[in-house]
Amino acid sequence: MDFEFTPEQLALKKEFEDYAIELMKDAPPGWGTSLEFQYSEIGWDFTKRTHKKIAGKGWLVRPWPKEYGGVDAPIVEQLMFNMAMGYHRVPAADVFGVGMIGPTLLAVGTDEQRKEHLPPIARAEIYWCQGWSEPNSGSDLASLVTRAVRSGDEYIVNGQKTWTTNAHNADWTFMLARTNPEEKRSRGLTFLLADMKSPGITVRPLVGMNGEHFFNEVYFDDVHVPVRNRLGEENQGWAITRATMNFERSGIGGLAEAQRSVDDLVEACKQIKWNGKTLAGNPFVRHRLAQLMIEIEAGNALAYRVAWSQEKGDFLQSAHLASASKVYGTELAQRIANTACQIFGLYGQVSNSKWAVMDGRWQGDYQFIPGTNIYAGSSEVQRNIIATAGLGMPRTW
Amino acid sequence: MNLDFTEEQEMLRTSARDFLTTECPKTLVREIEEDEKGYSPELWQKMAELGWMGLVIPDEYDGMGMEFFDLIILLEEMGRNILPGPFFSTVVLSAMPIIAAGTDEQKKEFLPKISDGEAIFTMALTEPSATYEPSGVALKAEAQGDNFVLNGTKLFVENAHIADYMIVVTRTKDVASPEDGITLFIVDGKSSGIKTEVMPTIGADKLCEVVFNNVTVPKNNMLGELDKGWPIVAKTLEQAAMAKCAEMLGGCEATLDMTTEYSKERVQYGRPISSFQVLQHYMANMLIYLETARNLIYEAAWMVSEGMPCTQLVAAAKGWTNEAYKFITERGVQIHGAIGTTRDHDMGLYYRQALAADLAFGNTDFQREVVARELGL
Repeated sequence: MDFEFTPEQLALKKEFEDYAIELMKDAPPGWGTSLEFQYSEIGWDFTKRTHKKIAGKGWLVRPWPKEYGGVDAPIVEQLMFNMAMGYHRVPAADVFGVGMIGPTLLAVGTDEQRKEHLPPIARAEIYWCQGWSEPNSGSDLASLVTRAVRSGDEYIVNGQKTWTTNAHNADWTFMLARTNPEEKRSRGLTFLLADMKSPGITVRPLVGMNGEHFFNEVYFDDVHVPVRNRLGEENQGWAITRATMNFERSGIGGLAEAQRSVDDLVEACKQIKWNGKTLAGNPFVRHRLAQLMIEIEAGNALAYRVAWSQEKGDFLQSAHLASASKVYGTELAQRIANTACQIFGLYGQVSNSKWAVMDGRWQGDYQFIPGTNIYAGSSEVQRNIIATAGLGMPRTW
Repeated sequence: MNLDFTEEQEMLRTSARDFLTTECPKTLVREIEEDEKGYSPELWQKMAELGWMGLVIPDEYDGMGMEFFDLIILLEEMGRNILPGPFFSTVVLSAMPIIAAGTDEQKKEFLPKISDGEAIFTMALTEPSATYEPSGVALKAEAQGDNFVLNGTKLFVENAHIADYMIVVTRTKDVASPEDGITLFIVDGKSSGIKTEVMPTIGADKLCEVVFNNVTVPKNNMLGELDKGWPIVAKTLEQAAMAKCAEMLGGCEATLDMTTEYSKERVQYGRPISSFQVLQHYMANMLIYLETARNLIYEAAWMVSEGMPCTQLVAAAKGWTNEAYKFITERGVQIHGAIGTTRDHDMGLYYRQALAADLAFGNTDFQREVVARELGL
């Protein structure tokens, strides 16, 4: 066993970190105080500018093949890249384009589809959103009812998607629609790529409890999608969603962000004095901070394991570990936010005020993070996967 | 980065698991719990023949010259099986500090005895103050000609009642800084003036009270330098914390295996209880705890093995594993239902071990304090 990076990898890691610090010099005030900020007007402008810079350097899609603008970066390099970007709060590469539909197109797209869609993602020109969830199909995604009816060279799509992150900024959506209504579940679904500017698409904001805009509802009213924008075969879309999900769950970027948050919290507790004593001098605070650091170390160790399994190509064998990493990481983030609010006591609730502590970020996280325990497979769905795939328990739901 | 075990390490694991399954059934574990000695001399001899006691001892002292990380694998298997006996105190708490700090003469005298299974060792560190901090070392050693004379009481000393030798951590000078003035001696366990008494404890792992009443030990048996013994203890504690974590990891694995297996067999409401989602999620939580602990333990143990500075990571690993083992065994009992609470069921063996292991070499509060210090808090 060897937990160390090679000298070459360490040099690359340093390069990633230096670059991340450089990129962040341009960040608008308030950046990093909430995850939604990335998708606000100011945040999105910074995000796009930053992605363009990273793309210009050739680093936006490092894991992709050279042909499509990447460098075939092995998972371990990607791990280091995501750690550096996560830690320094650089706007994460578009998870839907770079992280999901890109790899999916590489796996199952036609040459024509790849040539059309991959280069603009790699250049950070085109952004994607994920049209999967529906009002009555959340965890039970396979029950979705949005219809796509074949008509000549097109599908006519009608229905409603929801919880669509960043639909208000996205240019394209990859979506699932039911093409065979006789099949109630996964067998009747088709994977389509739709231009968000298509007539008949309406995006309505879903405002989070903290007042910020992250999710959307997306309505499809007789939307025409050319058949050439179908990924895979008709009624075979479900298998493609399974492939896509493998790219979303190693968890290291989120843990690096959590690590940064706790590092900042530790520093703040060393500086902030209450009644003449630093917060760090309070034994309860010390132990709470130490416990968070212990939990981060535990999460990092598991994420390394997941990355290592993926590096070796064991995506399937490590699927339940990826689920463990996801559920662990988001539940940890929840504990961090709660602990920080507790440490700051009454100040823990203040936002946007001279009285706010650490820019009021913790009360923001406290409101936002419950969503992370739900999106991309809720914590309960992850536990189902661990129980069935990892422990061989029967599926009874 | 390479998170795989080597082929040799995989072989060590397989052979250890096979050996312990055959040679150390739970019937023997229970028998030894009740036994005064606390180990099986026959099993001990067989382990010596396999080279286990000499695993990390250099070849020249009859050992196998392997790394601390290899020992971790063996300890994980021992913990999986709850192997009772003086392996930990002899190898982790004694052979390792002798390898690190012993003179050539001391190595020649003591290490082959350990490799060959001829001598049982332990370290007498903690006292009634019940702390692993240097401030807890009060037992006095006073120079008297070519000897030192020891007076005081050690407590929670594993296997002192059967130890041929004890590494005794003593106070040789009272100074402002508690790390200074600490000296280690390798003391013959049969020396006159030593009185041991086994304490009844939850893990039945033969923790002893050891009273030293004018015990004479030759100067030559000093391990390391006069007054400068604490760094040896500190290093041993770091290794011991990781070694204990490895045992605990094995216990966590065994508990989850036993529990999932039971849940698939046990039928209620006409179906196996493994089909109930609430129990599935309990077990998923057990797996999350197990897998975070496993990878953190390997990472920290590897760093210890490589001699890298890793105080914070070791403390994190022990702190996390303490809670993991307790959580996993508590859930294990719950899923087993009433049968899991009985003396006759194996579940209770692991449940009891979890607390004993948590308290050894720093419970979670202790480790949090270490982490806080490392963070500069």
